[in-house]
Amino acid sequence: MSFLTLTKLQKSFGPTKVVHDFNMAIDKGEFISFLGPSGCGKTTILRMIAGFETPSGGTIEIANKDQTNLKPNQRNIGMVFQAYALFPNMNVFDNVAFGLKIGGMPKAAIEARVREMLALIHLDHLAERYPYQLSGGQQQRVALARALAPKPQVLLLDEPLSALDAKIRVSLREEIRHIQQQLGITTVFVTHDQEEALSISDRIVVMNAGKADQIGTPFEIYNRPTTRFVASFVGTLNVLEATVTDQSAGLVRIGDATLAIKDAIPAVNGSTVQLAMRPEAGALAGNGEATVRGKVTSSQFLGSVIRTRVEVAGKTISFDTFNDPGTKPPVIGDLVGVKIDPSGLIVLAD
Amino acid sequence: MKRLWAWGALIFGLLYFFLPLIGMTNFSLKMRRGEYSFDAYVKVLNDPRFQETFTYSVTMALVTILFGIFLIVPTAYWVRLKLPGLRPYIEFVTLLPLVIPAIVIVFGYIRLYNTSSWLPLTGSSLGTDVLLMFGYATLALPYMYRAVDTGLRTIDVGTLTEAAQSLGASWFTIISRIILPNVLVAVLSGAFLTFAIVIGEFTMAALLNKPAFGPYMQLLGANRAYEPAALAVIAFGITWGCLGLIQLVSRFQKTAPRQA
Repeated sequence: MSFLTLTKLQKSFGPTKVVHDFNMAIDKGEFISFLGPSGCGKTTILRMIAGFETPSGGTIEIANKDQTNLKPNQRNIGMVFQAYALFPNMNVFDNVAFGLKIGGMPKAAIEARVREMLALIHLDHLAERYPYQLSGGQQQRVALARALAPKPQVLLLDEPLSALDAKIRVSLREEIRHIQQQLGITTVFVTHDQEEALSISDRIVVMNAGKADQIGTPFEIYNRPTTRFVASFVGTLNVLEATVTDQSAGLVRIGDATLAIKDAIPAVNGSTVQLAMRPEAGALAGNGEATVRGKVTSSQFLGSVIRTRVEVAGKTISFDTFNDPGTKPPVIGDLVGVKIDPSGLIVLAD
Repeated sequence: MKRLWAWGALIFGLLYFFLPLIGMTNFSLKMRRGEYSFDAYVKVLNDPRFQETFTYSVTMALVTILFGIFLIVPTAYWVRLKLPGLRPYIEFVTLLPLVIPAIVIVFGYIRLYNTSSWLPLTGSSLGTDVLLMFGYATLALPYMYRAVDTGLRTIDVGTLTEAAQSLGASWFTIISRIILPNVLVAVLSGAFLTFAIVIGEFTMAALLNKPAFGPYMQLLGANRAYEPAALAVIAFGITWGCLGLIQLVSRFQKTAPRQA
């Protein structure tokens, strides 16, 4: 039984339709990420759930209660913003206590709840500080505590990590996930950062032009993208052209090699299909094992991995290999063989 | 050479502004023949009409400030939040009192709200007080609106509003507990400017026949020698005191500048 249900949700701004018949059922305690490029409608959906935008059509239900026409202050939804949005005139304690005071909670209960929330985010020693006296990461943790203090039904996170530097971003996203699991709160997280979405979500919704292109677990989204957009947006992608040699047996030919792929092939024998290949599905290979051969156009040493680009019949294949201190990385201009793992090939539907 | 010119300009400016003030202050202290004294000040401060008119004008200033806050803070907030496209038009309207003379405004009031009109405000003392307060609020509008609008520019009005709404706050709570405290310094700046305008205003108070400080200063100036100079120094002191208070309250601002 889903907890947060979005049914045929639509939103238009004038003649421009930004969300098209969006449907989604989110379970209680689930962590869902909306991932997509700017303007794909992910933030608009979040804002409709929060009540800041009125849907042009469709319904929003939380725990089987229709929320579509409720005002934002009647929904009991916690929200964390990219710009922190802490009240500058209040110290940390008062910021966290704000929602509780609005809710009419007794003073002693407010004190206890605020202390509990500040302990949860490990900032109990900074209760008297004002927002301008805190770092960006600390401000965002206070914003999280403030959103969680009134025990909201749903927590909405609108790109909360975007304004932070890389190291803080990683530690805070882990902290957010830990707190979310600890409290078991249903959470919707909006991001354009695929690494963030892949690392902390139960499920990811990949948005494109106001529609959900694919909804699935991070594993499914990365390894089994159903559209070219999802495949190219999430992770690095090589697109290879292959000729179908035996559709029923799943055999395709790339260069001189025939490969058996796992996916069903939606094309007849002799036709051309597009295959997506992740960088980790390729590897440098000796003469006997190579699927295709080509010339190295770039070789980047990234520490734990080496990213190599090889030009094969006018197309560039990019693949990653683990750094081996005993093996020298290839250099530009080398003629190399590339072995492609057929299980890492995905047939693109469009 | 450049520095010399700069110093020269500064000294000229200081002399231009301060010499008349020094002369006036000097004159105000010479009521007693052959020696300096505060006789003129004592006389002015002990004059019951001074106390009456000053109290009246201070009261009117406070009422005008309160009215201005209730009118302008929600308006400027709403325009920034919901009607940003209207900002240039609202700004234009708020600037009108700078180009329309006070005498035009007050004659308009008298014509619109005289005893034979549908709202005869000039028919009672309280009515003319209300009318005068509206007039003062109009005169202070350019300063008050600009001060509040500048204050609102320093905070992220939209996000703070949404954050408060998501925590269950009503519009009244948002304005009174989030917006107003965060633009308080700007509001106080506008309030002190309003105070200074109201204390010295003559035209509206005189034409509405109210016992305000401005007409009292004019009356005294026409009939006395030393007292008007003393009164002018007192009025300057009040104005400068207001400006000093603006600087002082600015130091109490708890917010850091808004990040882009």
